[in-house]
Formats: sequence, C-alpha cells, structure tokens
Amino acid sequence: MEESMVEAKPEPKQLPAAKQPQGLRRLFGQPLVRNIIVGVVALVLFYLLIGHLSQYRIYQLSQVGPYLIALVGLSVLTGQNGQISLGHGALMAIGAWTLTLMQLHTKSPLWLMLIASALVTMVFGALLGLVAARLRGPYLAGATLALALGLPDITTRYQSVFGGYQGLEVNQPNAPSFLGATATPTEWLAIIEMICVVVVMILFANLLRSRVGRKFRAVRDDEIATQVSGISVPRTQVLAFALSAAAAGLGGGLFALVSGNVSPGGYTVVLSISLLAAMVIGGSGTLAGAVWGSLIMVYVPGWATTLSQKLSLNQSVSANLALAIYGFLLVAIIMVAPVGVQGIVRLVIFKMRNLRKEPG
Amino acid sequence: MRNFWNFLLIGVSNGLVYSLVALGIVLIYRSTRVINFALAAMATFSTFIAASLIDRNVPYFVAFLAAIVFGFLLGAATERFVMRPVESKSPLNAVIVAIGMLIFLEAMAGVIWGAKLRNFPSHFSLIGLKIGGARLAISNFDLFIVTVVVVLLLALLVLFRYTKLGLMMRASAFAPEVARLLGVRVGRMLTLGWGLACAAGAVAGLLAAPKVFLFPNNMDGVLIFGFTAAIIGGLDSPVGALVGGLLTGVALSFIGGYLGSDLENVGAFVILVVVLMARPEGIFSSMSARRV
Repeated sequence: MEESMVEAKPEPKQLPAAKQPQGLRRLFGQPLVRNIIVGVVALVLFYLLIGHLSQYRIYQLSQVGPYLIALVGLSVLTGQNGQISLGHGALMAIGAWTLTLMQLHTKSPLWLMLIASALVTMVFGALLGLVAARLRGPYLAGATLALALGLPDITTRYQSVFGGYQGLEVNQPNAPSFLGATATPTEWLAIIEMICVVVVMILFANLLRSRVGRKFRAVRDDEIATQVSGISVPRTQVLAFALSAAAAGLGGGLFALVSGNVSPGGYTVVLSISLLAAMVIGGSGTLAGAVWGSLIMVYVPGWATTLSQKLSLNQSVSANLALAIYGFLLVAIIMVAPVGVQGIVRLVIFKMRNLRKEPG
Repeated sequence: MRNFWNFLLIGVSNGLVYSLVALGIVLIYRSTRVINFALAAMATFSTFIAASLIDRNVPYFVAFLAAIVFGFLLGAATERFVMRPVESKSPLNAVIVAIGMLIFLEAMAGVIWGAKLRNFPSHFSLIGLKIGGARLAISNFDLFIVTVVVVLLLALLVLFRYTKLGLMMRASAFAPEVARLLGVRVGRMLTLGWGLACAAGAVAGLLAAPKVFLFPNNMDGVLIFGFTAAIIGGLDSPVGALVGGLLTGVALSFIGGYLGSDLENVGAFVILVVVLMARPEGIFSSMSARRV
C-alpha cells in the first residue's frame, strides 16, 4: 500500500514550485486520500438512502453488492490483465462455502469469516493462475468453463460436508445495537456490503494506479516486451488471478449471506457466464464498469420479467420471454455500445467538457 | 471385463456426438476466431423443428434433413446479420454476443415449444445389441450415429480437400486479405462456414436428443464437452475435433462408469488441465509457436 502511494505521486522535482498545490488541496490531490473521502461520502449517502427504502428494495439492492465485488475482480483480471475467465462463478462458490462452513463449525466473528472467504479463494485462485499462466484466450476460457461446470458437483459428491443438492443454511447476522433498535438484518447486511464494496474499490483503485497495476496492463498489451523489460509474465498473471479470485471469494461469501443458503444450483455455469457478460457490458477493465454491470445483473432480469408479465401469458411462456428479452438486450447492447456502458458515460463526459471549454 | 468394453463403446458413441459439436466450434473458430457458444441453442432449435415435423407425421429422415437445412440457414443468418458487425471489434465482444444469442434462442425455444422435457424419437432401436447371448451397451441407434458422423466427416473432407469451394473457404480462413485480393468473396465464405458449422451442430442435436431428451437447454452440457473436445484437439484442426471428441467421450465414460457419474464434469476439467499442461494449444494445433 505504502509503495503504491509513493508510486502514484508525481515526481515533485519535475513540477515548477509555483504550481505545487498547498495544504488541504495537496492532500486531496493524492489519489488514495481522494478515494477514501469519496468512499466515506458514498457510505454515508448509502446509509441515508436505505432509511427511505422498503425492506424489499433494500433486499434487492443488497443483491448488487456480491456481484459488484466479484465483477471488480473479473474486470481487473480480464480487462486489465487480459486473462479471460469463465469460472468466476466457481470462485464465488468457494468463497460462499468457506463462509458457510466457518459459520457452521466455528464461532468466528463476521469480519473474520469474510476475510477467510477472500483468502481461501485467493489460494485456490493462485493455483488456478498457475494453470492459467500457460494458457491463452479460448484455451483459458475452456479450462475455466470446465471448472465452472465441475466444481458444483463436488458439493453433491461429498454431501455430508457440503450439504448436497439442498445445500446448507446460512444465518444472517443480527444488526448491532448502535444502529438503533429498529434496524433489521436486511439493513445491516446492506451496510456490511457497502463497507466491503468501498474497501474493495479503494484497494483495487489504488492497486491499478500502482506499479502492480502497470505490470498487469503491460502483460495484457505485450507479453514479450514485458518479459524483455525484466517483468515476469507468469508471476504477474498468477498474482492477477489470485487477487481477482480474492474479490470473487469475498463476493461469494456475501452472496451466501444475502441468499441465506448455499446450494450447487446457485453457482452453475450460468452464473459464471452472466458475470463475464455483465463485465463486458458494464465496461471491461474499469471499476465503474463493474458498478454498471452488477446493476444490470440484478435489475435488468427483473424488468424483463415485469415486462413479460404485463402481456398476461402463462407462467412458463412469460419466464422464457423474460430470458429472451435479456438475451436480446445482451446482443443489442454490445452492438450499440461495443465499449460498454462506462465507455458511453466517458464519451458523454468528454463531449460535455469540450462543450464547456468552447465558449471560453 | 465386459464392463470395460461397454464403457468403451458408450464412450465412442457419446464421443462422436462431442466430435460433431467440436467440429462446429472448430469450423467457426478457425475462420472467424469466435467461440460460438450459441451452437448449443442452434442445435436444440433445429432439433425442435425436427420434433414438430415428426409430430405432424413427416417421415423421420425428411424431418432430419429439414432440421439440418434449418441449422445451416440459422448459422448463416447469424453470421451475416449478428456476428458480422461485431467480428471486427474485440474478440470478447463476439463471445458475449454469442452468449446473448444462446440465451435468446434457448428462451425462444421455451416460448414456442414449452420448457417441459419431451422424448425425441430415435427411429432406430435404443436397446442394446445381442452378440452370442451377451447384451452390449450399444444399440442400432449408436451404429446410426457412427454412420452419420463418418459420412459427414468424409463429406467435409472431400469439400475442403478436393473442391474449389473448399479451397476458397480454407483460403478465407487462413489468409483473408490475400484471398480477397485473388477474388474470393471472403464474407460469403464466412457465412457459408458458419452455416456448415451450425448444420453439424444440428446433426449433433438430432443425435444427442434421444439420449438427453429434448428441452430448451438440453445441449448445454454437450456443448461444454464438445468445447473441451475441440480444445484438446487444438482449436483449428477438424481431425483434432474428431480425436478430441473420441478421447473426451471415452475418458468421461470410464470416469462415469468406474468412479461415479457425478464426477464426469469434474473429470472434464481434470482432462483439460492435464492435456493443456502438456500441450497448451491442444494436441493437433498447427500453431506451435506464439507469434511475436
């Protein structure tokens, strides 16, 4: 962390002394400080927001968090480091079962269980990264896809440990007293998630600005040039996989808490594929893109369902129609916006800035 | 020992279906560098067409051919109208579009034909053959699978090796710019390639359906094993697709038979990792060195 802060700061000697910002402005100019301030503000706004929402809305919103964190990991791996993964659903499963088994067999506090989900998955991700470092493009896609297909079956093979098809129950933590007597577990969970989101976003934002982030991008852009510059390509790829897996594991742990149970049906190939699709549609390689992607994952299927229910068809037809609308939207969004939602947002901001400059 | 031979025969029969799916993936990958995940949905959709024709008393083989033609048209139309605009952009985008098509087509199949499991007639008996009193694990239908796959592979071999059209298709796949300069309509060749690939997918769907039943995403598992087979074979080699399919089918049959069928999916992952650790670009890949 400290190293990356030093890295991110521009060389002071090269700047003219008069232009050095002073005092508070200088402090605010530091990316880490700025990110922390933005994160804290976001946290406070979020807390105020959930005070005005119904329990159902809060529950819906709290489904965004796990996806968001997993998408941050996937986005860094694929968008920044150039390694495709169709197996992040399986990594989420590892995090989810880690948390569940810890809750079942130990009396660990929540924070410890969440950190453990991230760490256990990180170790697994590092092992997967060792395999991945030898594979490229579609070969890596195939290997990770096979993992996503195979891993959930382990849970049905060893039923006594993992609970088989029904899976295991997960208890939601009760809200602490300082939130007031009326605070529900749903609200508390939403707040826990937002804290995790803010921490993960700040860590990754900082990481991407650092030497490590530059290594990631160098490997993505040109492996041979990177290797020639004395940076180990495989080591960088394994590191990227491990960190990405840690995020996916934390997302999985939170997902288990939100769902109230873990079962192999919740972590199928479909989840892995949806994550990749959401990552690309949100805007590959950007943290903001992960936000868009997770919102799309949670809300678009809901809208598609509402839309198809309005046509008053029978149950099975309307459920399938909702899926069809979702698939159609995937194709349409990529055709209209090949750079994802975040790409469009950037373009709009860029255009508006130019417009503002022109009259002056 | 009888178990061993039965597992082997089942593996070969399943493996040939995986080979067809792998072939569909390879034909598209080597010309457009896209992994066509929508192949599963295209196969299922074509099979549903055949099923509804058979329901209307159309003879089995007419429905079979109609489904293949439908698969061809669906693949060609997908390339021309959906994939063409995104092919030039990042390969990841093309993959996502293919996944979108997969979800869309499978859901549409559910809207049109319902999501319920249904039987698909096999025309040939699914009951094991008898040789000298012992019942084997292969049936007349498995022999039909072998015949269809061999005929199809020979037809493709003749097309690519001995016809001008096949030469033009190979040229478009390996050197599009040069092919275009020499007057080959590269775009048309790509459309044709997608059509052929999806026709192969449709055949795979028709051959798999009597065993895995027919429902909107009945081919998802088969697609992943087919993809595994294509990767093991090396993604740009049709021979690799055949060998990869057989290897995958036989290996999974042994794993399922001796260790338990719930380990088949895990087995696919293990096989992939083992093969790819030895040969990161598949067994029959022509790209031995990465381009600098």
